[in-house]
Amino acid sequence: MNEIVLETHNLNMHFGGVKAVNNVDFTLRENELRCLIGPNGAGKSTFFKCLTGLNKPTSGEIYIRGEETTHWHTHQISRLGIGIKTQVPNVMDGLSVWENIWLSARRYHDVKQANRRVEEVIERIKIGDITKKLLGELAHGQRQRVELAIVLAADPWLVILDEPAAGMTGQDVEIMVDIIREINRSAAMIIVEHDMQFIQSIANQVTVFYQGSILMEDHVDNVLADQKVRDVYLGRNV
Amino acid sequence: MMLDSNYKNLIIGVFLAIVCMLVLPYFIEYYTLSLLIIYSILALSLGLVWGFGGILCFGQAAFFGLGAYSYAVFAINIGESTLPFLLAIIVPATFAFILGAIMFYGRLTDVYLGVITLVVTLILFRFINSTASPEYMIGTAHLGGFNGIPNFQTLNIPGMPDAYIWDLDFYYVCFVILILSYLGLHFLVRSSFGRVSIGIGQNEQRAELIGYDVRKYKTILFAVGGGLAGLAGALYASWAEIVTPGLFSLGQSAEVIIWCIVGGVTRLSGPIFGAVILGLLKYYLGQQTLIDNNLVFGVILVIFVLFLPQGLAPAISSVWKKLLTAKKSTRNKLRKRAPRQMQRGHLNE
Ligand SMILES: Nc1ncnc2c1ncn2[C@@H]1O[C@H](COP(=O)(O)OP(=O)(O)OP(=O)(O)O)[C@@H](O)[C@H]1O
Ligand SMILES: [Mg+2]
Repeated sequence: MNEIVLETHNLNMHFGGVKAVNNVDFTLRENELRCLIGPNGAGKSTFFKCLTGLNKPTSGEIYIRGEETTHWHTHQISRLGIGIKTQVPNVMDGLSVWENIWLSARRYHDVKQANRRVEEVIERIKIGDITKKLLGELAHGQRQRVELAIVLAADPWLVILDEPAAGMTGQDVEIMVDIIREINRSAAMIIVEHDMQFIQSIANQVTVFYQGSILMEDHVDNVLADQKVRDVYLGRNV
Repeated sequence: MMLDSNYKNLIIGVFLAIVCMLVLPYFIEYYTLSLLIIYSILALSLGLVWGFGGILCFGQAAFFGLGAYSYAVFAINIGESTLPFLLAIIVPATFAFILGAIMFYGRLTDVYLGVITLVVTLILFRFINSTASPEYMIGTAHLGGFNGIPNFQTLNIPGMPDAYIWDLDFYYVCFVILILSYLGLHFLVRSSFGRVSIGIGQNEQRAELIGYDVRKYKTILFAVGGGLAGLAGALYASWAEIVTPGLFSLGQSAEVIIWCIVGGVTRLSGPIFGAVILGLLKYYLGQQTLIDNNLVFGVILVIFVLFLPQGLAPAISSVWKKLLTAKKSTRNKLRKRAPRQMQRGHLNE
């Protein structure tokens, strides 16, 4: 079996009485592409924020490649080589596409290499036609793509995305699926997602969150066929 | 090597600035001009931290005052002006560094940042005001409370304590320092450090997500701004030949902010325009008693906030561009969100 790259032990994140993440034990292995699904308010984003240092867990531990990162800052976690995209688009609206990607590449390369790296990423994500546009001028789907380009420019070996296809339609979703497959060739991935069709087209292994805990973890086909999961998605209690 | 248009603009700009420097004394007294230049440097310092780093500091006058007082105190103790001058930059920069570190490592949000910088200015003002009794001495310099510190060595030619720089020469020195400060910042904001700082000003969380230690960058930028304000303070001390607690006043801080709003902070030239134009206005208004100064500035502020939130600089610069190239930009709406320098796709080509 592949080496474990990320795991959590007994992870808890409580907001007052709300147990947004409740005793979660989670394991991700090298090269894996794992989807996290679950109904609204299941705790997916909170779990994501704990992993990426955006929330400080109430208790429990997070290990990334064996190193405990539970209380690290976001920038420190990012520097381990982890690419992160939050649920809300997080880009620099007043800067150009090129500059947004450059800032990410520059973190790990000198100026010359960073310039080269930006060109590579632009090619890979196929956004050569909009490099000089400001992020604020772009349509939603394009912004999401650029955000992935930002993530990629740092050459991450682990990529964690919160709802990369949210608010996207038809063609944009297909492009996103392609990009994610492409990223997965060189990086392990955790993808929080809502859209079942999207999940079916990318996922193998799926983790289902419900009320802060892991309800089920299995192959996508089994998960989708499962009665409990269906009930949860239709809003019935299990 | 071919100069790209960026450099061409810069060289033309510097050339025009030098022409202004030589011509202006024929129209306005150099004594007034020097003060406008000093204010421009102060405005530039806030323009840097606010416009580029996204840090709205309500206490830029604190660093200005600290620079002026440092200069005065060290000048009394040391005599020759070179070292006091340098210390007048270093002391406020260090102070800003420490204050910045506390605020940014403490992860204060914008509102608290405003409050803290405001309160620090007030405390300094109160403190300096209360130092009238003779035991408040630093070396041989008496802090003097509300009377301030008079009678210190003003700026001299480095190494020659008897060769004072004053009158027209002082004006030229101030102007050259302004040009150098502008150029320094021009290159700073185009460096990797500057570009990251601008990115942080745009979206702090994104900057963190891609691995930048936002706290460090903001602290350094804040210290640079503090140092530059201190430099302006040192020049001010030499200009006024006395330093008083009024330098730390909230009124002074507010004025810097108004200059920046009127001039605009999306480019470095904005705060300079703001300081010069409003400085002149204040000067002319001061010669009459019919209209109240503060009323006029209040009205101007309201007009700009409501109708010209990007300030004058974008307008001035588009006129300037038309003169130079006849190129026109259609992207002004988004411009306000980021300093112009970062918006080109390929900065370093
Ligand atoms: N900062 C916060 N303060 C208080 N409660 C919070 C906070 N963040 C999340 N919660 C609560 O935690 C629970 C889980 O929220 P979370 O955003 O993680 O859900 P999610 O699975 O990502 O949902 P969605 O699919 O809508 O994005 C919700 O009940 C939410 O109200
Ligand atoms: Mg969510």
